[in-house]
Amino acid sequence: MIATDAKPRLAAKARLRFDRKTSRYLLLYPERGLELNATAADVARLCTGEHTVAAIVDQLVEKYADRPREVIERETLAFLAALADRALLQDTT
Amino acid sequence: MSVSHRPYTLVAELTYRCPLRCVYCSNPLDYAGHADALDTAGWISVFRAAEDLGVVQLNLTGGEPLLRDDLEPLIEEARKLDLYTNLITSGIPLARERLARFRQLGLDNVQLSIQDVEPAASDRIAGLRSFERKLEVARWVKELGFPLTMNTVLHRDNLDHVEEIVALAERLSADRLGLANTQYLGWALLNRQALLPSRDQLARARVVAAAARDRLRGRMEVLFVFPDYYTDLPKACMDGWGRRFIVVSPDGLALPCHLAHTLPGVTFENVRDRPLGEIWEGSSGFNAFRGEAWMPEPCRSCDRRAIDFGGCRCQAFHLAGDAALTDPACSLSPHHALVERARADAESPAVSPSLTYRSRAAVVPQ
Repeated sequence: MIATDAKPRLAAKARLRFDRKTSRYLLLYPERGLELNATAADVARLCTGEHTVAAIVDQLVEKYADRPREVIERETLAFLAALADRALLQDTT
Repeated sequence: MSVSHRPYTLVAELTYRCPLRCVYCSNPLDYAGHADALDTAGWISVFRAAEDLGVVQLNLTGGEPLLRDDLEPLIEEARKLDLYTNLITSGIPLARERLARFRQLGLDNVQLSIQDVEPAASDRIAGLRSFERKLEVARWVKELGFPLTMNTVLHRDNLDHVEEIVALAERLSADRLGLANTQYLGWALLNRQALLPSRDQLARARVVAAAARDRLRGRMEVLFVFPDYYTDLPKACMDGWGRRFIVVSPDGLALPCHLAHTLPGVTFENVRDRPLGEIWEGSSGFNAFRGEAWMPEPCRSCDRRAIDFGGCRCQAFHLAGDAALTDPACSLSPHHALVERARADAESPAVSPSLTYRSRAAVVPQ
């Protein structure tokens, strides 16, 4: 589990690309790619090493005002864990 | 375009030429008969057409792509098109300065082949003294800030070294380690007797690879691809014929897989004669084994037909003589005995069989 005060940053091998065919973002890495839903794409864009997990959740809560904070937080942590599992996050110190 | 087939990956086989002579090379046996017909402008228009169809991943491969002196403009164009570009290479011949230029031009990833962990064993498979130079290239890759994929093709002579292969990948700070068992087609089929491992050997290697995968999770991705000769289920070759991949051969043939042009009776078209989008969508070659209408029994009524798509068409042809048969790797195939016999031979190897190195000399498949 990623700590809420960690500042996640995408690994150098990962690149975000808008996909014209689906109007979604793809997170590309060697020979693979993840198709991201809107919130996951927002999280990925904020994984620059400058924002804490808590700050990322804050921004999403603001953007998706109709959705409960707990749900957004749970989804964000699950997505970050999935990225970490695929070695798509750099050290988050 | 139907969602059932959208190309995500373009495999650009820039040349069949290669300084290595690996005994399991997946290039066709008659590779020497295919010239490098596409020039820089030809490849650039292929990249553009592929991106327009939905391709987001580009594999620059061969043969040895480094033998092309126009890799620089090709990488530059790929980056302009926002393609995730992967150089699949033996690392030979390469100077550090050229690799640094690739970095500046936007190459995303380097996938380097390393045949084994000891120079002699590695060079024996490659047919060229190359091991030490490969290690040097691996160091440059990391120093220049690229992600490094180390790829080792597995077979009976190196499957007992998986632990050492993982250790080497760690020493080289690889981000990804591909431990892919030999696919027994092309030159590997010629050398199958020398390369096919025993079941026990595979089982041991799999345990080692699984432990490494767990231990390195989050740092290095470890992939272990089991050979379909031992799975009793065919693999979803290329994620299905004409579904996700386009391969373009050095002479400009657009193909669903890198050996499709070895199948008799299936016609493939050249990107110099017809736009890639039309070939992908409408050509008889790309449509030959799309969907389920072509399938024979037992595939046609099988629960797994949308999972494995009937397996590998090239394996069906090269083992059983007809590309439209169920892949003989499947235990339900009427031709599965062909695979069982090969496995039985691997359990009781005779005197170590000789190796046929990839070469320009014509080889008559057995």
